[in-house]
This record gives sequence, structure tokens and C-alpha cells, in this order.
Amino acid sequence: MNIQIRPILVALRRHKAGTLLIALQIALTLAIVCNALFIIRQRLANLSEPSGVDESSVFVIRNQWAADWPTAQVDTQVKADMLALRQLPAVRDATPASGYPLKGGGWDNYISMTPDQTKPTTDAAVYTGDEHFIDTLGAKLIVGRNFRPEEVMVMGTQQAITPPVVIVTKALADKLFPGGNALGKSFYAMGTTPSTIIGIVDPLQRQGVDRWANAYAGQALIWPIRAAFSGGLFYVVRAKPGQLAEAMREAPKALIAQSHMRIIDPKDGVLDYATIRHMVYDSDRGMAILMGIICVVLLAITAAGIVGLTSFWVGQRRRQIGVRRALGAKKRDILAYFLTENFLISTAGVALGAVLAIAFNLWTKTRFEMSQMSMTYVGVGVIVLLLLGQGAVLAPALRASRVSPVEATRSV
Amino acid sequence: MFAYYFQLGLRSLRRNPALTALMVMAIGFGVAASMTTYSVFRAVSGNPIPDKSAQLFVPKVDNWGPQQNLKDNEPPDALDYVDAMALLRAHAAKRQTMLYQVMMSVMPGGDRELPLNANGYAVGSDFFAMFEVPFRYGGGWSAQDDDARAADVVISGELNRKVFAGENSVGRTINLGGHDYRVIGVTSHWNPQPRFYDLFDNNYFAGEPDIYMPFTRAMDLKMYPVGRNSCRGKLSYTTWEGFTQSNCVWISPWVELDSPAEVASYRNFLTNYAAEQQQAGRFNWAPNVRLRDVVQWLDYYQVVPPESSISLMVALGFFLICLVNTIGLLLAKFMRRAGEIGVRRALGATRSEIYAQYLIEAGTVGLAGGVLGLLLTALGVSGVGILFQPEIARLAQVDFSLMGLTLIVAIAATVLAAFYPAWRAAHVQPAWQLKAG
Repeated sequence: MNIQIRPILVALRRHKAGTLLIALQIALTLAIVCNALFIIRQRLANLSEPSGVDESSVFVIRNQWAADWPTAQVDTQVKADMLALRQLPAVRDATPASGYPLKGGGWDNYISMTPDQTKPTTDAAVYTGDEHFIDTLGAKLIVGRNFRPEEVMVMGTQQAITPPVVIVTKALADKLFPGGNALGKSFYAMGTTPSTIIGIVDPLQRQGVDRWANAYAGQALIWPIRAAFSGGLFYVVRAKPGQLAEAMREAPKALIAQSHMRIIDPKDGVLDYATIRHMVYDSDRGMAILMGIICVVLLAITAAGIVGLTSFWVGQRRRQIGVRRALGAKKRDILAYFLTENFLISTAGVALGAVLAIAFNLWTKTRFEMSQMSMTYVGVGVIVLLLLGQGAVLAPALRASRVSPVEATRSV
Repeated sequence: MFAYYFQLGLRSLRRNPALTALMVMAIGFGVAASMTTYSVFRAVSGNPIPDKSAQLFVPKVDNWGPQQNLKDNEPPDALDYVDAMALLRAHAAKRQTMLYQVMMSVMPGGDRELPLNANGYAVGSDFFAMFEVPFRYGGGWSAQDDDARAADVVISGELNRKVFAGENSVGRTINLGGHDYRVIGVTSHWNPQPRFYDLFDNNYFAGEPDIYMPFTRAMDLKMYPVGRNSCRGKLSYTTWEGFTQSNCVWISPWVELDSPAEVASYRNFLTNYAAEQQQAGRFNWAPNVRLRDVVQWLDYYQVVPPESSISLMVALGFFLICLVNTIGLLLAKFMRRAGEIGVRRALGATRSEIYAQYLIEAGTVGLAGGVLGLLLTALGVSGVGILFQPEIARLAQVDFSLMGLTLIVAIAATVLAAFYPAWRAAHVQPAWQLKAG
């Protein structure tokens, strides 16, 4: 094989254009495929993050009021609604909430350790709910205790209320108290008074999955608050195992029967968690699919391009191949010639492609706040493209190896 | 000659079916991927109010201070109540409006048994003229109505259809959230995308609002914002008065300024206002204000989702690869006919004639690729719904300009790709070919 490289290089010099085109195509394909794989991997990682919610039996009702009620009246209605929901045979538990995991967007507060701190320590998603919140979501309380009914406070529209007790996620507890033992410690969440940690849940995802919040992933706090907003609020409901569909059918009916003065959107007023997850990760899944399609089509087109150009070369060189065969070259040698030729071109292509791939990643990193691509992707891409090149060239190379020595005597 | 070469080109498409199919598919897929993502990109990055985008400005006043501000000491993205009222009273621009999101319910009536939800905005009387809101019936309210805190409302054509069966409802009464309002105008469909006038609430591609009511009236009714509300420091308000005196920002201001002189003068006004606040002791930092027009504001908010930018870049890269591939295949296709070219040259055809013939042949390949691309683009655009949020997917459409662009791009790109292969074909040595043949 070593002996063959020189004649191949000499021959390639006579096909500069074709050689360059194949190398360039391989380089560009590598650059795009590496980055596409990287994006797919990142997006899929997002998709499979656990929310901490018992997703198979929890659903959410977006309840709006049809009247302009004062806080006390809203709260009376919320309590009546909860009673109605919890009495349903298919329902295990229910809670009034200002938001829920994976809702998108949402309520965030800065967290500080001292009352006069100007730069906040970190940021947490804020959930409000009564003593049923944790059981309704199906979140796991790993340390401490749940809220007691008497700890639950009522909050009207735009009231900045700070309950003295709070349950936090493990991610938030670890961030605030890296030494562990966060239970019983307190912090300030944009209030004038502190909140003391009475329990820790793990995991519980934030409401939004926006990229800016990646630095605060999993950091959330739950305040014992029964929201009594004049506009409306969310009712999170947990069905008994296997009774989700029935509970989702019965719950809105029970609420309307309780009071007509409400609006539950017939289209998207009641959402199960499969839909919620689907909606919030829409663009992640979309990007993964798009990149997947582009990768496959791209590899197919590149392979087809190699087949096309190599076939042309084989056709052009039939006489030379015939001469070589007549002079004693075996079929194997001809096959090896074309495989080696392609390997040389591909190697040059992937070398350039690796540089392009890294450059493209750096560009998206600065422009779209993407993270650094690990070199594994480039490595995998290089191997895939080298194999693809060898695979694509195999058919034309086999055809070349079957050229009969007699061709040498014909003028084509 | 063109028609003849075109015919030759068509005939040659059939000559190497495999090679031709490969090229047509490469171009078709490449152009379809680019056009599909471009249709989304175009939908999300367009200028929503092209004729006035240079006259409409968002002022910002720093009420948080350097310790609490956004990145790079950027003042908050909306105004708090105190600054909003001060700017409103000063009336330093020809036209101005404050706005924020409100939500109300339309009480049952007629044959509707259940209440309806109505989303919309509390705005000033200038809102309609500033943003060129089209009216089906009636119009906006007057500045006097602003001052009188009138119970006027402008409703969308859609809400008019639901509540008044689409009739001219101007002058009629509608009960919103338990209060009676007089319908003063009904808009024609108006939903600029992205919703540049309310980027603060992050619903860039939301559906059309149902109602517009006087800002002054909303203040009278103490209507809390249902959209975003962003605060700093320690909060302890529990009443409307407490909320309006807090540092929470929730009101989006807009002013209309027609000349650079007016812009400069308004900028001065803002700086002076901030300086007064500093002297009065409300701000203990130097004036820090901003004034951005529509395009700058969209840019600042990075409205174009990164998904669509990245996929546009990837699709363009994809198209580039398809073109490189096409150059190679065209080279193979043309050079295979070196003998034929030799004969033609020997019979007197000039190089430029060969050149023209092969470029036109490439054009026919491009045309075929474009037609395939058109089909795939239509497929792709209808499939956009699985890739982007439905709000955005709704905006991406195949129209005549997109169809024309697809064909032109496919043909132009293929002809461009053919320059080198055709040049090689034109430089075939007739004598050498004839001898070898």
C-alpha cells in the first residue's frame, strides 16, 4: 500500500478540481454534522430532565374569574372549589397555585442571605400552594416537614407577602448552604422579613426552561400561600392512579357546578402533564428533529456525490486500469488504489472540516450562548465521514477492479 | 438559440438519469431546507410597522440604580407608576401613550350562557394614531376622554363578532368585569408580529388582543397588570397605593418623534427629568436614560428566536454543500461528453457557444431542482408546526414571493455552480478528443 501513495498523489494532481470539491464537501459536511449532533444531544438532554411531578396523574386547570371580586370573596370561592375538587372520586388531591413546573415563563425572586445585601446571592422560581401542594404534585420531601394548615396565608393580587416558613428544592438548599444542613436556616426572598426552611424536596423543576435560567436549574421555593388573585389562578389536581382521564373530565364540571362565575377555556383550560411537557419543550424537540433530518440528508447527499464523481473517474480511466491489469496488477490492487485515493482525499477533508466545526461552534457560542462542544463530537464525526467515504467509493471501486486487461488494447 | 439549447438541456437530463436525479435531488433538498427555514425567519424578523418604525420610540428611565440594574447598567425595560405618570403629565412629545396588559371578562348576555375572557391593553388616546390601528367601525377616543377617564372601549372585530354578531356596535354598551363600557370603535384585524409595542410582556407572537381601554380609566379602577411585573430589593406592598409607589416596573411607554431635532429634544427632556429626580432625592445616581426606535427595540429584545437563526445558518450551510456537490456532478456530466464537445468545436462552434449551451443545460437542471424544491418547501412549511411554537408556525406561509424566490434561487445557484464545469467544457481540445475518439 505504501508504494501506491505516490502514484495516487500524482494522479490526483491531474484532477485538482474534483479532488478539491470532494474534500470541500466532506469538510463542510463534517462541520455541520458535528454541530448538529451536538445540538441534538443538548436538546435531548433537556427533554428528559425529571420535573419532580407525578406526571402520569397530575393535570392543571387554568381558572379565571368572571367577576371583579375582592380578595376575601375570591379566597372563599377558592376554598369551596378545593373542597369540590378533593371530593371527586377520581381525584386524590388538589391545590391552588400561582404556577407549576414546566409552565413556561413564571415567577422568580432573587434570594439574599442578609436583609441589607444589595447583590442577590442567587435566583429561585417561586411556587405558592397550601398544605396539599407537595402531595398534589407528587414531589418527594426528603428532609423536614410539610406545611401545616395554620401556616397557609392568603395573598391577593400584587401583594408582596413573605411567609415565615418555606420549603425549598435540594438544588436551592445546596446553593445557599453548600455545607449542607439547610433545615432550620433562613434567607430573604425579596421580602423585608426572612423565611425559615422547614423542608427540602428533590427534585422539582422550575416553571420556565428558558436558557437564561440554566444557571439556576432546579432552584425553586414553595411558600405556604393560598393565591386569591382577582384575575384567576391555577388549580393543580392529582388523579388517583389510572383515573386521569376521568378526573380531567369531572373536575371542570364540578367547578362550573360550584359557580358559574368563572372561565375555563374549552381549548386549553385543562392540560395534562404530557401536553404541558410537550408545549414547553416544543422548540427543543423541533430543533432535534430538524437537525436529525438535516444530518441524514446531508450524509446521503455527500455519499451520493462521492459515488458520482468516483464513477466518473473510473469511467475516464478504464484504459489506464486495463493497462495496469495487463501489466500484472491484481483486482485487489485496483480496489486498494481507489479506496486509498478516497482515504487521502477524505483525510484532507476531515482535517479542514474539524477546524470549520470548531469555528462554527465558537461562533454559535458567542452569538447564541451555546456551550462548548466536546471534541468527542468532532472525533465521532471524523470516523463517520471516513467510513462514509470508504463505503461510498466501494461500488465504483469494485466496478473498476472488474475492468478487464483487454481494455488496454481498446481505444475508448 | 436559447430555445434549442434549452431543448438539448432537457434531453440531456434523460441521458444520465442517475446522475441527473442526484443533482436535482441535491438542489431540491438544499433549496427546500433553506426556504423553509427562511420562511420562518422572515415571519419572525420582519419589521412590523415599516413606515413608522423610525418615528416611534421607547423611553427608559433608570429607577433601580446601578446596583440593581440589568446587565451593563441597562435601566429596567419598563416604567414604574411614578415615572409613567410624570412622563404622561409632562407630555414632551407630539404623541405619546403608556400601555400595559389587562384582562377582563365579558358578562353573559344574549344567547351566551358562559362569560367570555377578554385580553387587551390599557392605552392612551394617541395609541390608535401612533400605531396606525385600522378601524372597521368608529374610531379611538379623544384626549378629552383620557382626561375625563371615560368608560370607553375599542373592541376587536373578533370580539364584536362574538358579542354583537359582527354588527356596527359603536355606541352600544358592553359589560366588562362588572362595569359598563361604551363601544367607541371596532378594529379591523390588527395584530402586528412581532408585537413590538409590548415586548416587555414576552408574548411576541400572541393572538390578537380583544379590547383597548383608556389608561386613565384603568388607573381609576386600580386595575393590576396581568402581564409581567419586575421588581428589585425588598418588597412589602399589599395595597394598590403601595404597589404604585414601589420600584416595580410594568408600564410600557411610547412616544412619536418626527425629526432628529425632536428626538434630541426628547432625549434632553428625559435626562433633565432624571436629573430632577436625583435632585429631589428619589434617585441617588446620575441620569441614566435610553431612547430606542422600533428596530433598535426589537434588536435589544432579541425577538428572533435563536432556534430560527441557528436553523437558518445550518440550512444555508446545507445548501452550500449541495452546491459543491452539484459542481462536482456537473463536472462529471459535462466532461463525460468531451468527445461530443470536440466534434462540435471541430465543426465550428465557438467556445462561447459551448459555454452558453452548458450553462443553459445547468439552468434546466436548476429548474427541475427548483420544482422539486418547491414541493419540498410546501411540505416543509406545513411541517414547521412540529419544529416551532404554533404561534410562529402560523406565521410561516408559502406565498408567491416565496415560490418565486425558491425557483430563482435554485436556477441562479445551479447556473453559478455551472460556471467552472462549463468553462472546462468550453476548453476541451477538439483535436485531442477527435484523435482519442
